[in-house]
Amino acid sequence: MKKLGKIIFEVLVVAVCLVYLFPIYIVLVNAFKNRQELYENMLALPDSLSFEYFAKAMDKMNFLRAFGNSLLVTVVSIAIIVILSSMTAWMLVRTDHKLSKVLFMIFVATMIIPFQTIMMPLMQVMGWARDTLHIPMLNTIGGLIYMNIGFGTSMAVFLYHGFVKSIPISLEEAATIDGCNKFKVFWKIVFPMLKPTTATVMILDVIWIWNDYLLPSLVLSSKTLRTIPLSTASFFGQFTIEWNLAMAGLMLTITPVIIFYLSAQKYIVKGVAAGAVKL
Amino acid sequence: MKKRRDMGWYALFVLPLVFIFTTVVIIPFIIGIGYSFISWDGMPLNEKTFIGIENYTRLFADMRFITSAGHTVLFTIFSVILINILGLSFALAVTGKLRVKNAARTLLFMPYLIGGLILGYIWKFIFTDVFKSIGEMMGLTKIFFSWLLDPTYAVVAMIIVATWQMAGYIMIIYINGIQAMPEDVLEAAKVDGASFWQTLLRIKFPLIMPSFTICLFLTLSNCFKIFDVNFSLTGGGPSNATEMMAMNIYNEIFSLSNYGYGQAKAIIFFIAVAVITLIQVSITKKREVEM
Repeated sequence: MKKLGKIIFEVLVVAVCLVYLFPIYIVLVNAFKNRQELYENMLALPDSLSFEYFAKAMDKMNFLRAFGNSLLVTVVSIAIIVILSSMTAWMLVRTDHKLSKVLFMIFVATMIIPFQTIMMPLMQVMGWARDTLHIPMLNTIGGLIYMNIGFGTSMAVFLYHGFVKSIPISLEEAATIDGCNKFKVFWKIVFPMLKPTTATVMILDVIWIWNDYLLPSLVLSSKTLRTIPLSTASFFGQFTIEWNLAMAGLMLTITPVIIFYLSAQKYIVKGVAAGAVKL
Repeated sequence: MKKRRDMGWYALFVLPLVFIFTTVVIIPFIIGIGYSFISWDGMPLNEKTFIGIENYTRLFADMRFITSAGHTVLFTIFSVILINILGLSFALAVTGKLRVKNAARTLLFMPYLIGGLILGYIWKFIFTDVFKSIGEMMGLTKIFFSWLLDPTYAVVAMIIVATWQMAGYIMIIYINGIQAMPEDVLEAAKVDGASFWQTLLRIKFPLIMPSFTICLFLTLSNCFKIFDVNFSLTGGGPSNATEMMAMNIYNEIFSLSNYGYGQAKAIIFFIAVAVITLIQVSITKKREVEM
């Protein structure tokens, strides 16, 4: 009796997982079909594996360009977020005065501001920087990276702050006596110890920046600068009548994510859990 | 001398980030409050007129905004409940002695990584054409029709997609809570002859209260602020029936070009998010202490 229950439970879990997979299945099978085949039966497997629509979608979406843009924005934003946030958080913990406390409070408090509250004035500020100071903040990859850094710091500083507090100061003091300056102490001794938090910050920021739509859509207007979410959105707007082509496009955009997930699954799950628990 | 040098290091480490953060978050937030008291259509050459709190008083008569706020609350309540029930059930299922537990975990978490925008597009196809074709094939056109054309079903569709996206994410946090439970307490319960339900309700649930706080907080704020799924799945339609608050603000500013009025909505939106977050955190924190 108990064994039977266990088997039923196991089957149930597998069934739920299959239901969960259903949308991905729909995308995959219909990406191979032509229009007529798709409307005959949307649930069936395709008759043949033709990659015709993938090639067409890739071309129409300017996929490689968009992929390159996304990669550039994600990698550079995260690298700078990690470097600056860890340095700042360490200084705030190790320099115990009022200013540090106030700054940390501000970083934490602003985490609850929704993006919609800042988006319009932010565009005005950046427009002003472009027109008055002649700094190209709008419609450039650099401008988008700059804004990503601004939005990513709060959480990163918060996570690093919590971790730095838990590491003993004695190693740093020994290094200082040995004649290391603050810069050396931080990069030679502290930063390597922050690895777990760095991994968490990186994972959380990859998920956010890679999938972010609203901010890039406001900042970037040139076709050639589009990131993956932007090119998917404009492609989908054009081809919703051609579902097979649209599905091929969606399959293209989710494939890198799935590959990334399966290859770094352990770290991703750990990072997501650690990030959430500390909030 | 040493003190001055320390100040130099402090500035070198902290200033660059504080500068970026100030220009991207703090200054826009502050001038955003200012924008909410003016009337402006967004064109740089056109005049900005100060109209005091008129933008805020106008909100109370704006049916489209009030309806969208109502939908957001409804959507948030249903989604938060569903996501947490499913997430917790998944977590309990995959921490047991299942053979497929690792594969199940991997799979259930995947939608979260794909991102709201893409998920919305995938489900748009399912809720329109795939549903229609299933309905015709099985003769169940009452259940399977184009959901996104019906105002009520379109909201349900949003709830389903949001749940599908976030349940796996919430599961990960509950799994963490379950695995942090002290083994000996569970052993003791078993020795004392506690049943499955007794163990679950009297021991496991109180022990995962901290995870519950986190999950409630995360789902609440994520659902209340939802934009991507809204944008790609329904676009707010049919006839604004699924337009959530974030999207209403976006449309007011960038589609209707009411920059000042839209910003007033954005400030109200911020206050709502802040109040919900603070109430929720204070309530659950208190409960944890009592346990």
